[in-house]
Amino acid sequence: METMQLLQMLWFFLIGILFVGYSILDGFDLGIGAMLPFLAKDKKDITALFTAIGPVWDGNEVWLLTGGGALFAAFPHVYATVFSGFYLALMLVLFALIFRSVSLEFWSLDETRRAFWKWAFCVGSFLPALLFGVALGNVILGIPLNDRMEFTGNFFTLLRPYPLVIGLLGFSAILLQGCTFGALKTTGGLHDRLVAAGKKIVVAYAILMAVSSVLTALFIPWSMGNILAWVCAAIVFASLFLTALQLGKGSGFQAFLLSSLSFMGLWGIAGSLQFPNLVRSIDGGGLNLDIYNTSSSQLTLTVMLIIALIGMPIVIGYTIYAYRVFKGKVAP
Amino acid sequence: MDAVILSRIQFGLTAGFHFIFPPLTLGLTLVIVIIEAFHFKNNSELYKKISNFMIKILGLVFVMGVATGIVLEFSFGTNWSNYSRMVGDIFGAPLAAEGVFAFFMESVFLGILVFGRNRVSRGVFLLSAVLVFFASHLSGLWIIIANSWMQTPAGFAIEGGRAVLKDFFAAAFNDSTLIRYLHTVMGGWITGSLFTAGIGSWYLLKNRDLDSSRPLLTTALWIFVAIAILQFGSGHGHSVQVAKTQPAKMAAFEALWQGQNGAPMSVIGIPDPAQKKTNLEIAVPKLLSIAIYFDPGARVQGLDDFKEEELPPVVLSYLTYHGMIGLGSLFALLAVISAVLLISKRIFETRWFLWVLTVAVPLPFIANELGWMAAEFGRQPWAVYKVLKTAEAASVVVPAWQILLSIIAFSAIYCLLFAVFLKILFSIIRKGPDNITIGYVGE
Ligand code: HDD
Ligand code: HEM
Ligand code: HEM
Repeated sequence: METMQLLQMLWFFLIGILFVGYSILDGFDLGIGAMLPFLAKDKKDITALFTAIGPVWDGNEVWLLTGGGALFAAFPHVYATVFSGFYLALMLVLFALIFRSVSLEFWSLDETRRAFWKWAFCVGSFLPALLFGVALGNVILGIPLNDRMEFTGNFFTLLRPYPLVIGLLGFSAILLQGCTFGALKTTGGLHDRLVAAGKKIVVAYAILMAVSSVLTALFIPWSMGNILAWVCAAIVFASLFLTALQLGKGSGFQAFLLSSLSFMGLWGIAGSLQFPNLVRSIDGGGLNLDIYNTSSSQLTLTVMLIIALIGMPIVIGYTIYAYRVFKGKVAP
Repeated sequence: MDAVILSRIQFGLTAGFHFIFPPLTLGLTLVIVIIEAFHFKNNSELYKKISNFMIKILGLVFVMGVATGIVLEFSFGTNWSNYSRMVGDIFGAPLAAEGVFAFFMESVFLGILVFGRNRVSRGVFLLSAVLVFFASHLSGLWIIIANSWMQTPAGFAIEGGRAVLKDFFAAAFNDSTLIRYLHTVMGGWITGSLFTAGIGSWYLLKNRDLDSSRPLLTTALWIFVAIAILQFGSGHGHSVQVAKTQPAKMAAFEALWQGQNGAPMSVIGIPDPAQKKTNLEIAVPKLLSIAIYFDPGARVQGLDDFKEEELPPVVLSYLTYHGMIGLGSLFALLAVISAVLLISKRIFETRWFLWVLTVAVPLPFIANELGWMAAEFGRQPWAVYKVLKTAEAASVVVPAWQILLSIIAFSAIYCLLFAVFLKILFSIIRKGPDNITIGYVGE
């Protein structure tokens, strides 16, 4: 029993890490995608941005796939409840991800429809960047569940104000990832536009963070006693302030790191509010989905742990190697 | 229509569309590794050029595989949530492992292949090609493990209505994993090698790119010759496995209406479930018993040995299975002719055969699809064989109209993407190895 609890907690934490990895890495290419038509003045700019993310975006997206797979394996009921409950929203995300996946390649090779693929990449990046946060806001706030763990709301249940604000917050974090990474890889006018956009987004991000904090106090009053959440919130504000300073000096790796740190802070808040729950239930009746009543067997959690311990260090190793291969500004 | 039928249609469509691309990826990575190895050894500009050309095509095929694969990864939760609850303890792990061990490696090193030629040494480049090859085959292995567990479940116990893992290796390497993996991978190599040979043939017929087309054709055709013949062996092994582990499926494959000693093997025919007989059938007496048990008198179970409600759809199973075998036989014939022409060094001049090779390119894709359909229709009505019925596997909270809506959207999107994919593919081929630029070009 002891070991079992430990494994369940460990998997809560490890899935968190996978989502953090996804947010930080895919965050920047989602962000660049969502801003693409507004920042890129001509084909040269688009080529530069696509070349900056071209070699790495798919590897970044695999963090999501692995996170989803790990959620399935470790907490199958959560995977089943959320994915079937949020069916239409998830289909929207899937359609977006489909278009996004093909549109860099298609933009470059299907010359007659370039404008279409440019916008496909933009919308395909924008929708998931917004909806992931909305989904997270929902599971924190709670969704209607019956005693068989099935979602009993509908599509509009998901669009309540609190989740929407959390969605915008996540979206601003993703945009900031895009600006700081993009600035790192580009030169000239494009670089300057990315820095300028970053400065504005940092402000919007901080405001949204403040609004979310107030709303959290209103909608989820018990959360106010959670010290860890306060610490993480302080980290977010501090790293945003420092990101703004770095952006004031131009750009650089520090800005990207600090922006990433703020994202970790967001996940820290979410994690400390949720633990040990994964999905809260509102409306009394149903029970919360937590790490104890939704998890797989001890053997499966152990096998998965072995897989993660062998696999992830190797993954991180060659991912760092690949980023080093493509280090530096993309050729103008 | 109810939600279960619609989810089945949706899964069939999306998985079927996905599976156009993975076999080609498997085959192309094999071809690329071989060409890169030549390039590494001889440092020849010609092989570098050919390799870049094939990598360009692989990059395109790969993004289609990625775009369509994501859908499947999540469909177990969206459309088969009961399935996920019942068997997630076993089924989730291979999907997660596929991400950790295979997808990361595949996509990171493909990034180096597509964009990194001038940034890494020749050795690292070759290594990247090998790793892309290795990882895409590893990803195939994990997903086949997941699927094979549905076909021939093992290493688990039912506790509290859920399947719970008891022995990881027994579950992963169940009765059908290895043979199914071998058979599917070889299907991929046939697909990729014939595809490459088809491109080479077309250049020869058009009398263009002669420097590239000859090595393309010969390299690919030798692979094709070997694998197309060996696939008979793996197919046979697979059939024996099915007959032993899923006898009702084999009875449906063969439309064997009555169980009998010395069962015949059906070569061609049209099954008629109402009359319980096969019209216009040509069958070889006793061959099925010989093939499965190596004994002309052995008894093979027929459709009448099973409960009516536990039988798969006979007509679909029979036709898809026989369609695959028909195509497999055709490939073996092509392989023999190719071998003769290669050995006698007449392949470049035999124009009618070059035409045949070009026209045959789509056929392995069809064989792959038919094979999967046979395997999946034949498993019905079970989602997990003898453990969980398909009808009980579906999501309960998703209304039918939403699934219908998503089917319509998937169909429209996939048609659009496929049209653009083909257009781009043909334009790359038409440009030819001499005019390929690496990376994205804005001008
Ligand atoms: C035998 C091979 C095979 C089979 C049966 C399947 N796949 Fe696949 N899949 C591959 C072989 C493959 C691959 C060769 O590894 C791909 C194809 C092209 C590519 O990009 O990688 C791939 C890509 C791919 C991706 C994108 C990975 C990325 O972003 O890099 C996902 C999420 C899936 N698949 C998931 C699935 C699921 C859930 C399947 C079954 C229901 C499935 N695949 C059947
Ligand atoms: C030549 C004789 C062949 C035989 C006897 C044969 C036999 C089989 C059998 C028995 C199955 C079903 C397995 C199941 O139901 O679980 C199968 C599936 C399949 N076949 Fe074939 N096959 C042959 C040729 C081919 C060829 C040429 C290809 C492709 C180029 C191919 C591709 C597939 C695929 C992709 C599957 C589905 C995956 C699987 O279950 O392995 N087959 N084959
Ligand atoms: C990529 C090649 C594949 C193709 C073309 C394919 C095709 C199909 C088809 C046609 C069906 C519908 C069968 C029916 O309901 O009558 C189906 C169902 C299904 N397949 Fe596959 N399949 C493939 C691979 C896989 C793999 C690798 C898995 C698991 C890892 C899988 C899991 C399922 C599930 C869960 C269902 C729905 C439940 C069921 O009908 O039993 N399939 N597939």
